[in-house]
Amino acid sequence: MAKTYNRLNSISPGWNIALSVLLTISAILCVAPLVLVVVISLSSSSSLAYQGYTFWPSEWTTVAYRHLAKTGTQIANGYKMTISYTVVNTVLSLFVMSMFAYVLAQKNFKARRGITMFAFFTMLFSGGLVPSYILNVQYLGMYNTFWIFIFPGLMSFYNCVILRTFITSSIPDSLFEAAKIDGAGHFRIYFQIVLPLFKAGLATIGLFKVVGNWNDWFTGKLYITEPKLTPLNTMLTRIMDNISFIKNNAANLNDDQIKAILNDMPTESARMAITVITVAPILFAYPFFQKYFVQGLTIGSVKG
Amino acid sequence: MNVTQKKERHLRPRWVDDIPLYLMALPGLLCLLIFSYLPMIGLVMAFQKLDLRKGIFTSPWVGLDNFKFLFYSTDAWVITRNTVCYNAVFIVLNMFLAVLLALLLSELISRKLAKTLQTIFIMPHFLSWPVVAIIAFAFLSANNGFLNKIVAFFGGPERTNWYMEVKPWPLILVVVTMWKGVGYSAIVYLAAISGISQEYYEAAMLDGASKFQQARYITIPHLKTMMTILLIMAIGGIFRGDFGLFYTVPRNTGTLYPVTNIIDTYVYNAMAVLSNYGMATAAGLYQSVVGCILIIISNKIVSRIEPDNALF
Repeated sequence: MAKTYNRLNSISPGWNIALSVLLTISAILCVAPLVLVVVISLSSSSSLAYQGYTFWPSEWTTVAYRHLAKTGTQIANGYKMTISYTVVNTVLSLFVMSMFAYVLAQKNFKARRGITMFAFFTMLFSGGLVPSYILNVQYLGMYNTFWIFIFPGLMSFYNCVILRTFITSSIPDSLFEAAKIDGAGHFRIYFQIVLPLFKAGLATIGLFKVVGNWNDWFTGKLYITEPKLTPLNTMLTRIMDNISFIKNNAANLNDDQIKAILNDMPTESARMAITVITVAPILFAYPFFQKYFVQGLTIGSVKG
Repeated sequence: MNVTQKKERHLRPRWVDDIPLYLMALPGLLCLLIFSYLPMIGLVMAFQKLDLRKGIFTSPWVGLDNFKFLFYSTDAWVITRNTVCYNAVFIVLNMFLAVLLALLLSELISRKLAKTLQTIFIMPHFLSWPVVAIIAFAFLSANNGFLNKIVAFFGGPERTNWYMEVKPWPLILVVVTMWKGVGYSAIVYLAAISGISQEYYEAAMLDGASKFQQARYITIPHLKTMMTILLIMAIGGIFRGDFGLFYTVPRNTGTLYPVTNIIDTYVYNAMAVLSNYGMATAAGLYQSVVGCILIIISNKIVSRIEPDNALF
């Protein structure tokens, strides 16, 4: 993309500066709330007690992060859990959905219409929260298990349609024809032709799923009470629910030393520090993948 | 294909070639069957007074009692009104602001600045709701909150407990939603705008059109179809609220329910807090049925305007 505009129809330099300033201020306001949280995480307790939440505390300190590094087994668990289920669910889901999308893309397949209708109805109507909860807990026994993060979220027809669009638009029919003439079966075509060629589609839906999985706080809230299985964002909701969460957790530990440390835990800044730690990976990563999100959005809104 | 094929005997029947396709579709179909269709059976709970020890089909049946209770109380009206009205405001305002942002960004001379700003504006989209709720808390906290500082600076009261004041919340929720969503929505419009041929603008400029006129007579009409379709599809989803927003940001404070309770939070609270599974399912069924009707209607409208964009 060109660095600057075609000068023929540009707005005047004066307006451009005004617009640039206006938009830059808006962008700063946009980021400011997050910056406030980061600043609070780096403020000392005395400064917080005296001044409250400000953008420039009287005393800066990294004590919250250092405390968390020493006693943050819960956070390490959260990271382990979140990363593992995110990776497993995303990979498995891409596999299941891309195969499904491949089937959807086969125009000559007799059962295609039936399968499409079957899948499509799920976009129109759903059983809702309660039946799903009872199914997952009482009949499938996934309460407090790793699998609750994997199986229910495997399949989404909406994403399959987007993947199918990627297939039909990035792989020409002639390639399929040629492969069939050479005697390749569908599995071979899928693994050797489709998968390598529609990496953009996989990347796009993959990124959607990674973000969705990482930010999922509700599944954990509904189904998980075991600390080892609690994802990062569910931890955050529990912290909001129970402001002394960290201190209460300490009560379960036997080691008096750890208890003492946790009792000194700077609660306010620690809460903000945990928030920063939870959000940091996604925030650092998303600018690099921006083009995939843009792609996904624009393909999703232009069907066909 | 040609005459010789009529008498040809296939060495293997045609349907054998399709077996891999069935196999490939199988995992997806199984998932849909188990996680999407099976729960639909559980909807019968809406007609029961569910006792978990007795199970789904053996709990006492109460007919339409759950629905009667739901609709005779003011609850149904409040949550429906909240769900629909907030969504309506969100949809319209988001579209307006997103188009505006896209227009402004597309006029910047420095493309590098525009791209950087775009990256910043979509940042809030990637935050999870608990994170957003904590950020909101940094502003709304009674003791330390930044908002109270601003209010005090302008001479207002020093320690308002925002989580107890009902009136400001519609505004708070709208601001938060716009902050989180506008940048991301603008992406679609920016992409569309960059696809409009420059020749239109140059011709208009040579005819003496101002920037405003160019936007009004060239850009907007080009965006109109997309806007209409997105609008109608959003209306199809107007009965589904954003649970994350309405549950985490107000911290599920009961006092605020008149303006923060939506159908989704009602269902959740009825199930998780009150353990009234029958009632929760009834509310959920109400939402699913109305939502389904709305999607079908909105899709019919979209297929009249732009058949390619219709869902079916």
